[in-house]
Amino acid sequence: MSTATATPTRPPASKPKRVNQARVLLSEWTKIRSLRSTSFSLLAAVVFIIGFSVLVPWVIVAHWPPRDPREALGFDPTTRALSGIFLAQLAIGVLGVLLITGEYATGMIRATFAAVPARLPVLWAKAAVFAAVTLVLMVPTVLGAFLIGQSILTSKHLQTSLSSSGVLRAVIGAALFLTVVGLLGIGLGALLRNTAGGISTLFGLLFVLPIIVRFLPSSWSDPINKYLPSNAGEAITHVHPDPSLLAPWTGLGLFFGYAVIVLIAAAVSLRRRDA
Amino acid sequence: MIEALGLTKLYGRKKAVDDLTFTIRPGIVTGFLGPNGAGKSTTMRMILGLDAPTSGSVRVNGKLYREHSAPLHEVGALLEARSIHTGRSAFNHLLALAQTGGISRARVDEVVDMVGLREVARKRVGGFSLGMGQRLGIASALLGDPHTLILDEPVNGLDPDGIRWIRNLLKSLAAEGRTVFVSSHLMSEMAQTAEHLIVIGRGRLIADTSMDEFIARSSHNLVRVRTTDPDNLAGVLAGPDVSVVAAPGNALEVSGLSTDQIGLAAGRAGITLLELSAQQTSLEEAFMELTKDDVEFHGATTTNESVSPLETAGADR
Repeated sequence: MSTATATPTRPPASKPKRVNQARVLLSEWTKIRSLRSTSFSLLAAVVFIIGFSVLVPWVIVAHWPPRDPREALGFDPTTRALSGIFLAQLAIGVLGVLLITGEYATGMIRATFAAVPARLPVLWAKAAVFAAVTLVLMVPTVLGAFLIGQSILTSKHLQTSLSSSGVLRAVIGAALFLTVVGLLGIGLGALLRNTAGGISTLFGLLFVLPIIVRFLPSSWSDPINKYLPSNAGEAITHVHPDPSLLAPWTGLGLFFGYAVIVLIAAAVSLRRRDA
Repeated sequence: MIEALGLTKLYGRKKAVDDLTFTIRPGIVTGFLGPNGAGKSTTMRMILGLDAPTSGSVRVNGKLYREHSAPLHEVGALLEARSIHTGRSAFNHLLALAQTGGISRARVDEVVDMVGLREVARKRVGGFSLGMGQRLGIASALLGDPHTLILDEPVNGLDPDGIRWIRNLLKSLAAEGRTVFVSSHLMSEMAQTAEHLIVIGRGRLIADTSMDEFIARSSHNLVRVRTTDPDNLAGVLAGPDVSVVAAPGNALEVSGLSTDQIGLAAGRAGITLLELSAQQTSLEEAFMELTKDDVEFHGATTTNESVSPLETAGADR
């Protein structure tokens, strides 16, 4: 370096530390906990799950036995207590998308990538932190919802318990399902960089795709149906495996695989595109 | 130290930055000047590795930006349009950036105090004024105590007090031996702080010169004289290196002589002078003259008055 016109006289600063994955994780934890949208969305998810664990069993008990006896035959007290997860996935999916697109919309992403020029540690850290937060919050929520639901169903002796076969898997599976929805949201947010685009693509995949497939002739729709993201993910929440769906863990694995594919596509685009 | 070599950026077929080569030295404030849309922000984003150059390269302190293992310690940047999430508090914004490089909370508090945001540090950035946002951006640039500072339009939205504060800050940072690279579309602002100038227009390098040289080159030392007898005076003043041009209203525009010399010569010849005034070309005019062919967006009216971004320049002179 050529000689400067002034000599550096400032006191030596504390020794600089390298950017690494652990530091980026800590940074993303600070980011996620310091936004109000995080608490609002997660609170909404909890309220949906707990609320429906009261509402749905309460309506069932009030109208028991059903007019159609076949309805009683296939009755699954676990899924009935957890029906709120279908609304909760909205809140968690949107939050996942927003965690990334919010940075693009505000320009924060440039500060983030200037601090972490390798970029990918940011994506991994966001995904890991959000997955951990969602899981840690959703496991007790779905357990609570399950217990509340069962206590209401007890009045007509419709309840089940966690020790029954497949029940614990279905309950914990509901929390895992929601976590993967969040990961899918992060991946789509990072890939599309736009809140509206990310959210509509996420819900297109989860809700609209199954409707479109239903319009196809059954010779087409039947084999496709179980591989759709939402159906694959949902399989784990059924206590008695549904023959039209994939096996519980296979389905969740596939759903997770979809999220991983989207995250990898997002990683490639993140490295290549200008911030 | 920032070294750009043949730096070029194409957006589609449009050249936003066209073959820029320059070196920004430490120890002084270097101004980066150009009309709106000249490619200043694009150049700065390329320095920070946010945008990839189409061709050429730019190195900071000897390395590509992304090769630095502790980037916040090498380069502190204030980017255009406040790169700050509006939903977070100033403190948490700085803390999240600091944590990527293992920078302490104490340092976060320190920079918050340095930019005078202590009272609002726990408030959401969304409610900040433009000036407070600028201060927060400067706080994030200072976080890692960097060797090099890159500031895109730092005085935007600051009140006169804030502008003076920024000028002094930039000068003291440079005096500590750091590289300070500041963009602006206001020549008057640069004249106050920068020792060296890089001027670009339409992505191309127009000038790479010291501020003193720029000022010397752009002042024509034109003297306007109005007299009862312009023809006679023109004869008296004529000489080598002197140019005399007749102007309307019995006036002459003289270059190559000072007002003193003209006044004395007229006195000796017994010619009555009605007006004798030095016509200093302002730096703003010199800059406009330099970039007039390279301004991206002209107003709809006559070109000379419509180089819009520069018109606001007078405000803080």
